Amino acid sequence: MSAAAISRSQVGVDGVRLGLTRRRDPWWVQPGAVFVGLAAFVVYVTWAGLQGRYYRFGPYLSPFYSPELWGSPEAWFGAAPPWWYPQWLRFSPAVFILWIPAGFRLTCYYNRGAYYKAFWADPPNCAVGEPRKSYWGENYFPLLLQNIHRYFMYLAVLLVLVLLDDVWHALWFTNAAGHLRFGIGVGTLVITLDVALVAAYTFGCHSLRHVCGGRLDCLAGRPVRAALYDCTSGLNRRHMAWFWVSLAWVGFSDLYVRLCAMGVWTDWRIL
Amino acid sequence: MIPSTATFLIWRGDAQGGAFQEYRIGISEGMVVLDAVHRIQAEQDNTLAVRWNCKAGKCGSCAAEVNGRPRLMCMTRLGDLALDRPVTLEPMRTFPLLRDLVTDVSWNFRTKLAIQPLRTRPADAPDGTWRMMQRDVDRPQEFRKCIECFLCQDVCHVLRDHRLFDRYIGPRLLVYTAQLEMNPIDAADRLGDLKDLHGIGYCNITKCCTTVCPEEIKITDNAIIPLKERLVDAFYDPLTRLARALGLRG
Repeated sequence: MSAAAISRSQVGVDGVRLGLTRRRDPWWVQPGAVFVGLAAFVVYVTWAGLQGRYYRFGPYLSPFYSPELWGSPEAWFGAAPPWWYPQWLRFSPAVFILWIPAGFRLTCYYNRGAYYKAFWADPPNCAVGEPRKSYWGENYFPLLLQNIHRYFMYLAVLLVLVLLDDVWHALWFTNAAGHLRFGIGVGTLVITLDVALVAAYTFGCHSLRHVCGGRLDCLAGRPVRAALYDCTSGLNRRHMAWFWVSLAWVGFSDLYVRLCAMGVWTDWRIL
Repeated sequence: MIPSTATFLIWRGDAQGGAFQEYRIGISEGMVVLDAVHRIQAEQDNTLAVRWNCKAGKCGSCAAEVNGRPRLMCMTRLGDLALDRPVTLEPMRTFPLLRDLVTDVSWNFRTKLAIQPLRTRPADAPDGTWRMMQRDVDRPQEFRKCIECFLCQDVCHVLRDHRLFDRYIGPRLLVYTAQLEMNPIDAADRLGDLKDLHGIGYCNITKCCTTVCPEEIKITDNAIIPLKERLVDAFYDPLTRLARALGLRG
């Protein structure tokens, strides 16, 4: 029998329509949770990223705004917005940065499968019927652009280094005399945990795993590459978990800095 | 404890049509779904068609859909199912139905023939043998665990719902391609075929294949995504192509 001869009429059981399944388990819970989680995060990050204020508190900088290229006296290139910044868009330093983690997560292999299910029902879940008959996969524009994931990965790795620098700065508090003194606040721990989780997610990336050694058939005799490949593979096994935990914590880190800067929360000093 | 009896709704019919038929049988602790089907055959209906062989999860013959989930009947314990309602048993939806629970999976074997076989690089030693290290063998070795039950093909929505049999080879055959492609002594280039003939771009990484694999092969993470990344190297990454053109990368 040829491939073309395998028609739907020969399946003999049922046709296909949205939600058609004989699964007994609550199959909608997983895509529903992904939908709610991603949608809530996108709404929050859009709102927080366009605020352009309350993103610094003491030595802390919100990860949504890091690195701060333009925007405040501490910014890399000064307080004034660049001349080419569009007039119609409310100025926010996050605009220069957020596209990197957004692109990295949008093209993430784990996340692609998750949001294809949750937002596009393609399929709604495994062995559950779909709403449409046509299907292009990732063969054509725009989904063909998912293949640029590795470029976002390179940038995301650089961002992890920047976040590490933020942790260093979060250890130095200005005292009443205006001198920098070593210290640890709750915010320091929040920001430190943030970079740890973001690093675990970033360094477990499938593309990084490929670049480190996955593209080679032989890693024996290449100890550095083999070690890097083993490390990325180890993190990659829990890529989904790192995705969600880091997503939640990076949002919380921004919220922590924001609420401290607004005077709603108090940042307790530990040391 | 499981109840002393259970009800099964089993698909009876062929390519022309059919319907679910109800059977109620006595069951006992430790029984698997295939045991129940055998008991129905022995005690109530010896015309019920089912394919099976090893009863140990190693031949892949008894693949079917239990309560709507693709599974091996011999590896599905009744105690793990909710028996307060009838258990539905139906054939794999993706493949042509022959009769009752038996489907024609021959498309997989014919399609497999279109994949370039192993083409070895020149031998490492004068006696015509190769040298390879265990860690390099381990990676393709994972894929050799495949028992060709074709549950991954059954659950893949590209084949199951969209019927793209002429454009996409499915997860099982992508695993087979990865097994060849990552073999340390293989010298063939299958990336062009993967892109144009075997349709790897149709995979949208839902990981359903990984979920149903009875051998717990990490199909998506260890086979399909690495192949997709190799395809990016070969066709979509301008920097890699530039490096290759300049002789900086093999």
